[in-house]
Amino acid sequence: MVRYNISVMPENYALFRTMLLIRRFEERLLAEFSTGKLAGTTHAYIGQEADAAGIFSVTDPGDVVFSSHRCHGHLLAYGGDPYRLAAELMGKATGLVGGRGGSQHIHWRNFYSNGIQGGILPVATGMALAEKVNKTGKIALAFLGDGTLGEGALYESLNIASLWSLPILFVVENNRYAQTTPIELAVAGTITGRFSAFGITTLERDTSDVLEVQAAALEAVGSVRRNGRPVGLILHTYRFSAHSKGDEVRDPAEITRAREKDPLLIHAMRLNDAECARAESEVAAIIEDAFLRASADPFPSPESLITDH
Amino acid sequence: MTTVLDRLNFALHHAMQTDERVYVLGEDILDPYGGAFKVTRGLSTAFPERVLTTPISEAAIVGVASGMALRGLRPVAEIMFGDFVTLTADQIVNHAAKFRWMYNDQVRVPVVVRTPMGGRRGYGPTHSQSLEKMFLGVPGLRVVAPNTLGDPGQLLEAAIADDDPVLFVEHKLLYTRPLLEAGKGDLVDYEIQSFGAPFTSYVLRFTNYSPHLTIASYGYNFELARAAALELLMEREIFCEIVLFSQLSPFTLDPLLDSLTRTHRLLTVEEGGLTLGWGAEILARVAESSNDFPHGGASRSRYSLRRVAALDLPIANSKPLEDAILPSVETIIHAALALFEA
Repeated sequence: MVRYNISVMPENYALFRTMLLIRRFEERLLAEFSTGKLAGTTHAYIGQEADAAGIFSVTDPGDVVFSSHRCHGHLLAYGGDPYRLAAELMGKATGLVGGRGGSQHIHWRNFYSNGIQGGILPVATGMALAEKVNKTGKIALAFLGDGTLGEGALYESLNIASLWSLPILFVVENNRYAQTTPIELAVAGTITGRFSAFGITTLERDTSDVLEVQAAALEAVGSVRRNGRPVGLILHTYRFSAHSKGDEVRDPAEITRAREKDPLLIHAMRLNDAECARAESEVAAIIEDAFLRASADPFPSPESLITDH
Repeated sequence: MTTVLDRLNFALHHAMQTDERVYVLGEDILDPYGGAFKVTRGLSTAFPERVLTTPISEAAIVGVASGMALRGLRPVAEIMFGDFVTLTADQIVNHAAKFRWMYNDQVRVPVVVRTPMGGRRGYGPTHSQSLEKMFLGVPGLRVVAPNTLGDPGQLLEAAIADDDPVLFVEHKLLYTRPLLEAGKGDLVDYEIQSFGAPFTSYVLRFTNYSPHLTIASYGYNFELARAAALELLMEREIFCEIVLFSQLSPFTLDPLLDSLTRTHRLLTVEEGGLTLGWGAEILARVAESSNDFPHGGASRSRYSLRRVAALDLPIANSKPLEDAILPSVETIIHAALALFEA
């Protein structure tokens, strides 16, 4: 691929670096799992980095975020500390939630995640209501995937968010598979139709170009903030990694085709060689430091479990 | 005459008046209807901005309330019938009750889920149950049940002031019941001891007679327990102490163990199904407590233990069937007498 050796906007560099941080973090994580250094489960975000990087480049620091089981990319783009995330994944006392939550159950500042499909959506809707009545000017963002479209709690939430005009952005990252089940076997009708049925406007993009995601997110976030109404941002994407760790059933040729639209490759075209190399070396240092420090940290003490009712 | 309903309704008015963070959400709660059991009557007129009538979406009612609570408000969610809490189970178990602990105590979730439970009104299998037993023992969740002895309004306000999630279980038959007054009516011979606050447990005991039996109960079944105790006294000269729980989970056995040192006989009374119910846990803990009984395990193991609960069946619509399925004064007396035959 030809790389244009041009001077770029600082923002382009930041977007690239965010996506690269997510990519390298998840790769390191999967490697640590495969060598047995990590136990438990994880859901990698590899391939979907443009979504998180694009969206969190246009949100306000005070906005409230509720993410799902596949939350590492969202947290890192939100500004979460890779070291404390790594420590959480290792079950260390220094983790974001002291080792109690692990991969899918994270809280930091206004960022929350939970591993129950659909269940987070009414909660995020209630958070949007709180921001509205407290007149903070902040909005809520709730992340879901195509798989979550099967959960009834989503539709209860869409109904209430629209009825009560709540400032919430529902981000659907359609990576086309719910674990192993292709969307064709799980979703009837259209995704847009599920929002328009409740009078919620949608923006839909089929892209892995972070600038296109960013432009759509800017419009969507602006609309929620300006109108105090929910919006659905539907991003068609693809995850290159397995759903979790070793559960790949997709056609390798399909994955190879998707990798041709790797968000990192697309956006790297806008950077010069030196910038790409700088991003790689900065990110490598951050991740090495994060995993080394986290592995050296202590586990939480079982005595800490004993509390009063 | 002040009823349980009056006190609960007053408590909601008072809480909304004194704390602007309090919101009330639920189905059909707007005036003039004011809620299926009228607990929310008058609220939407007094506080139109903070009373939110909802679609029929129980999961979302509790989920939205939890989200509000995570962000600093103090919502009270009404689930119209306790039977519908199954629809909220994910929100209660995997969200509201989980957040504080799984986020390493960095958040609090001050949400109250109020709901009427219980039968005896002929509402049939899906509108008469006492499903609170499904939520007992859920970590991070407090389960509270008002009664006619403590002030139900004070209990509800304490639940609203609590920084953690509370499932507040109101038996339907309690709403029209008057509050009891110590020293009056069938309480005349009892001395009343209180344990703990604000979700207080009570022990009703005789001062001048040594008691024979402890009856433990909560909510509406405290009414049945008192009626049975009165009849056992009048007809059989059996003196009963009654232990009344307001907080079902988590709970402390102390008031009950204190009473058992005097009576050595325990009967639990609940309206939920017998198997794996509230009484089963109480009896198990009493049995285990023999291990640290100050006078040695042998005397504790002589305790006679028994449960009264609903039959393990759905609750029938037809009155004779419903009566046969649910505990009654007669079944309590029958079980009590059986404890003396052992």
